[in-house]
Amino acid sequence: MSWVTKTLSSTLGRKLFMALTGLFLILFLTGHVSGNMLLFKGDGGEAFNKYAQFMTTNPAVKILSYLTYISVIAHVIYSILLTRKNKSARPVGYAESKASTNSAWSSRNMGVLGTIILIFLVVHMQGFWAKMHWGDMPMVTYEGETYKDLYQIVQFAFQNEILVAGYVIAMGFLSFHLSHGFASAFQTLGLNHVKYSPAIELIGRIYCIVVPVLFASMPLYIYFTS
Amino acid sequence: MKLTLKVWRQKNKADQGGFVTYPIDGISKDMSFLEMMDVLNEELTEKGEDPIHFDHDCREGICGMCSLYINGKPHGPQQTTTCQLHMRSFSDGDTITIEPWRAKAFPVVKDLVVDRSAFDRIIQAGGYVSVNTGGVPDANEIPIPKKIADEAFDAATCIGCGACVAACKNASAMLFTSAKISQLAMLPQGQVERKERAEKMIAQMDAEGFGACTNTGACAAECPKGISLSNIARMNREYFSAVVSSENM
Repeated sequence: MSWVTKTLSSTLGRKLFMALTGLFLILFLTGHVSGNMLLFKGDGGEAFNKYAQFMTTNPAVKILSYLTYISVIAHVIYSILLTRKNKSARPVGYAESKASTNSAWSSRNMGVLGTIILIFLVVHMQGFWAKMHWGDMPMVTYEGETYKDLYQIVQFAFQNEILVAGYVIAMGFLSFHLSHGFASAFQTLGLNHVKYSPAIELIGRIYCIVVPVLFASMPLYIYFTS
Repeated sequence: MKLTLKVWRQKNKADQGGFVTYPIDGISKDMSFLEMMDVLNEELTEKGEDPIHFDHDCREGICGMCSLYINGKPHGPQQTTTCQLHMRSFSDGDTITIEPWRAKAFPVVKDLVVDRSAFDRIIQAGGYVSVNTGGVPDANEIPIPKKIADEAFDAATCIGCGACVAACKNASAMLFTSAKISQLAMLPQGQVERKERAEKMIAQMDAEGFGACTNTGACAAECPKGISLSNIARMNREYFSAVVSSENM
């Protein structure tokens, strides 16, 4: 084995993948939530539709989107590899365990939280992303140019209270996942220092609440205003 | 004090093992946990039964030999070693569950005794410094700033008891390994083998079958010596910088 494969297949190498892909997905979430804020603009979806068009056609965004797909897939695969190793490291469990006294619930259940988020992601992408790429889309014209009317699809989807509830609950799970994942990624990268660790933890705590709340407010806003 | 003890009994490595319940009476609050175990073992010996095997040595909290997973926590309810745990931490009439450390890399030898030689092999892989033999070197021959010496010493207080592995949901040995890497990486004496040490000790840690760290922090919360998670971050830095700069291909 070369030093590269040896390093990347070691536990620390695999953890490095988890941290880097996780941080990239945090960047993605930041962009995603900022762009989707256009849903609140109240212009009948013009800005949102133009933004959606830009995001699906711009070559630079294309590269970023492929990086995002790769990050999601790698994050899932490496989590499976690590979880299998972790499960095999304790073949016989304890009869009694008081793990809640020494660690946070979210930190011990990242796999469960991640699985729920993955299921949400499949439903979410099938509902909007797949439709936008290959589906039969309604069209709308602004200043003589035609755009796919994703805004109308979103408006229609969030009339369904079950879907709205599902989205809000999923964002709750995302919040718990981020509450551990954000700071944990920096620790894995070896970035732990009195100079900046308190700032990372604070930003992580704010991020894990603000971003899921903003996301969850979108279906709620659409459901209650239309 | 009158107590009910639920103790893991296992004849040998191959045996399935199981819990056996022992009622015990006349325990003083001032006894240490291991003294309470001694009282029980005396009773068992008098009855002609096999006494419960458990690891212990100095009983001063410095050797790292005692273990025991007591009521769902390594070394019991206090953040200390089992030998420094006293019966005043329990109440009259309590049921106490006593289990061995659970990890693939720490197989049960008998009852509550586990084989922790995996830790020894991690140390052997690189947890040492090379020194010239000869006369005793002068004290303070190599100046080390106080802050660094303190930090290295904090890492060196790890007694290798394995509570970190026992507490971790992944049975990960990263707190132990990182403490042993850190104590030498910070000092001038540890520089010669620095890169090789990180690579070899981590490779050995993986080979022993310990899990991967998920940064839950359970290890540091349960460590009787208060080894900090910052050591794990340092170990990660040591490892990643070693693999891109060491001579090993």
